[in-house]
Amino acid sequence: MSKVQYLDNIIDRFGPHLHDAPDGGWLADRTIDKTVSTHCPYCGMQCGMKLLVEDKKVVGLEPRYEFPVNEGRLCPKGVTAYLQVHHPDRLQYPLIKRNGIFERASWEEAFDLIVSKFKALQEEHGKDSIAVYSGSSLTTEKTYLVGKFARLGLGTRYVDYNGRLCMASAAAGNKKAFGIDRAANPWSDIPFAEVLIIAGANCAETFPIINGFLWRQRDNGGSWIVIDPRETPTARQGDIHLQLRPGTDVAVTNGILNVLINEDLIDQAFIDSRTNDWEATRELALKFTPDVASQISGVPAEKIVRAAKLYGRAKTGMVMHARGIEHHSNGTENVLSYINLVLATGKIGSRGRGYGTITGQGNGQGGREHGQKADQLPGYRMITDPEHRKYIAGVWGIEESELPEAGLSAVEVFEKMRQGEIRGLLSICSNMMVSLPDTNKVRESLEAVEFNVCIDFFMSEAARYADVVLPGTTWAEDEGTTTSGEGRVIKINKAIDPPGEARRDWEILQEIARRMGRGKFFGFNSPREIWDELRVASKGGSADYYGITYEKIEAQDGVFWPCPTEESTGTPRLFEERFAHPDGKAKFHAIEYKGAAEKPDDEYPLIFTSGRIVHQYLSGNQTRRIGFLVQQCPEPFVEIHPETALKYQINDGERIKVVSRRGEGVFPALVVNTIRPDTIFIPYHWGEQLAANQITNAVLDPTSKIPEFKACAARIEKIHSRELPILGKDRKGRDASEVQKGK
Amino acid sequence: MRQETMFVDPQRCIGCRACGAACRECSTHKGYSMIFVDYIDRSETTATMPTICMHCNEPTCAQVCPADAIKQDENGVVMTALKPRCLDCRNCVNACPFGVPKYNSAMHLQMKCDMCYDRTAEGLKPMCASVCPTGALTFGKYEDVVPLRRTKPVNIHVFGNQRVETKVYLMLPTDAESVEVNSRDSGIDPAIHESWIDTQVEDADKSNEF
Repeated sequence: MSKVQYLDNIIDRFGPHLHDAPDGGWLADRTIDKTVSTHCPYCGMQCGMKLLVEDKKVVGLEPRYEFPVNEGRLCPKGVTAYLQVHHPDRLQYPLIKRNGIFERASWEEAFDLIVSKFKALQEEHGKDSIAVYSGSSLTTEKTYLVGKFARLGLGTRYVDYNGRLCMASAAAGNKKAFGIDRAANPWSDIPFAEVLIIAGANCAETFPIINGFLWRQRDNGGSWIVIDPRETPTARQGDIHLQLRPGTDVAVTNGILNVLINEDLIDQAFIDSRTNDWEATRELALKFTPDVASQISGVPAEKIVRAAKLYGRAKTGMVMHARGIEHHSNGTENVLSYINLVLATGKIGSRGRGYGTITGQGNGQGGREHGQKADQLPGYRMITDPEHRKYIAGVWGIEESELPEAGLSAVEVFEKMRQGEIRGLLSICSNMMVSLPDTNKVRESLEAVEFNVCIDFFMSEAARYADVVLPGTTWAEDEGTTTSGEGRVIKINKAIDPPGEARRDWEILQEIARRMGRGKFFGFNSPREIWDELRVASKGGSADYYGITYEKIEAQDGVFWPCPTEESTGTPRLFEERFAHPDGKAKFHAIEYKGAAEKPDDEYPLIFTSGRIVHQYLSGNQTRRIGFLVQQCPEPFVEIHPETALKYQINDGERIKVVSRRGEGVFPALVVNTIRPDTIFIPYHWGEQLAANQITNAVLDPTSKIPEFKACAARIEKIHSRELPILGKDRKGRDASEVQKGK
Repeated sequence: MRQETMFVDPQRCIGCRACGAACRECSTHKGYSMIFVDYIDRSETTATMPTICMHCNEPTCAQVCPADAIKQDENGVVMTALKPRCLDCRNCVNACPFGVPKYNSAMHLQMKCDMCYDRTAEGLKPMCASVCPTGALTFGKYEDVVPLRRTKPVNIHVFGNQRVETKVYLMLPTDAESVEVNSRDSGIDPAIHESWIDTQVEDADKSNEF
């Protein structure tokens, strides 16, 4: 049972503090001992970069021009990423909370406490009384180990990860439609598409480096159709912007399909030879005339027609989407409805013809393939499939019966904590107090759990609730692979040793397992040894990594899975001849319009949606400590249309209250014409009283179990606040969660 | 063959300020960014505009310098003021029609973009253009960059009575021969509404003084 009693003490000691210079300051003359070619630790683009090392410290970066994906390009998060490595907030020794205060402990003490508590809980309440909650910013080796650790080390069925909040809908939709979950095309196909449909993807801010490909497509004469409730920088730069009401994607896609059918812009030969279930989809789409679609979505009918004709008439084209369509209680259906457009026009399987999802987390792809998901085993195998269970049991050297059953998804696991069924938690690489929906409920869960262990390299908002915090490593202190958004497996290389007493995450997990008496399954001496077992474990699975070696990754600048044999060079483009369902065909899905689970009413008349800004990465645990990034946007704001602002008598910059059925928060108003009058928006990267997730609705998609971050009902209230937004020099230290230690 | 130069394409700018972060990594002015990125008018649009030194053929900053501290190299790149000569007068900061030079009060020195002299001398691209995600800032030869773009390179700027020709090109989506700024005739309201979100980055990159 662990509450946050002394927040000031925690913030004072562990931040977030703003830090904005390399170790030793901004020195012009440094002697660089070595330059390490590696990748950015942040989003699914996994841009190549070089770290400059002087005297065992990372002191700068250099563009990695020769890496083909980004050719040196980086976003501001990437440029400043190295500043986190020697950040004064880094956790350098284990911490045990006693009487509400984190006290320095030895590893021995920490391990002893963890093992005794875990053993006691499991003896009294069963193996499943402990849950493991992980993340996808870990290397694939670590994510593989997390799954194995939970199921073999602790013997619990409850393991899940924050990919539930990220890629789960895309994954489920891809699996249903194509039979496999991976981007269909490499990014390098983008410049060859005449038309791009970019849906619910603020590429400019969330995935900046993909813009290089987008603009090359533009230079080639291509155009963009952007579907988004906000005029994001990407929407502004596009050719047609369908500014739909949040949660109404299905109306728009069915409307487009309707026009494609009526204008005879579908590819009947492709439909006949390479797909199933077209008829039902066609019939449903016929109901969605542009007028019907327009009524539901709020997008002018002629714009829907124009977009449909532009995409339909083009010889090549690609559809790409991100969280904007996926973070819904019908997220999987949204995905399927966009895939319908791809299949109906046959635009897939060759250069410039395809489909892709834009992965948020660095290893969003690799992190969901090798067994840290509640229902999956390595190689994208299913834990419910007896054959799959048997194979993995064989690799791990256990009886199939020893392998736990499927667990529950992220939000459901946290529900079980509140209900008292799950009593112990080990979290790694995840800041649930920012990332999970309905912050107040998450806090209840973390306070309810009897024993809570957190592995992280900074004291995240979620780590504050832990009983034991163990210092892990940043990406610069370990090696391993990640799989980028296009399915390219790349290699992260180690630049320096972990600071202080910090240990590499896989070593920490192995040591706990060993002390739990399960050491014989965890004898790895290096990430390479984990990788070699993972390769075998994935062999024959849908995500087959068997043929991918560290050497091949370096030699080829990455390897696209599937890569089933030593001789294979990988598979950059999927579906050239067949889809991954047993009959080789793709499936249409007739999707009826449902909309968001919670619709606006008299009490809560506005639609609330959340998203990201370019200067912060996910839960902000890493980026809210970098001075340069925080300066660009020190606090979250609420975007409101001028008409709505006028109605409520709200001035630009005035602090107002945003309220939903879950909670409320106070944010400065950003009065902008770039949002719909019926919609308000808050970026979500902050925690505690600044969390957008105080407002969001934790209702789940029945298939993917993704929460509905992108649409719920809310109202705004004028509070006659005189406090202005954090401006200029005053901004530092003005907010409890962004206090700056005296310079 | 023309020399390599910078091409600024505001249409492509996504306002991410990677250029500003990367600018600080340049050895000649470590820790200081020489770049400005502004919202045009955030209440109306998400459009942003990067401003870097345009490297005028006849640089105003050098012309107004009483100590002759600002030099051009043989390729026309306008350098930061020479430290022994800089008089702290800030004439250059006030005179530059683009508002580019910055004054470093701690070092008593004017600082400005020297097109990453230390990098280009070694055949490397300047930091900002290396990292820019979209190519809003691009470094290259005219004949390599311009044919790939659908925008028009313009390097003549008219500010009222002053006409400057620059080494750096602005890429415009129009057919204009020059960019003209004349507040009396242009219809541009000089007191344009500025959203608080823009003034928020004042310390970060909107001030001409460190």
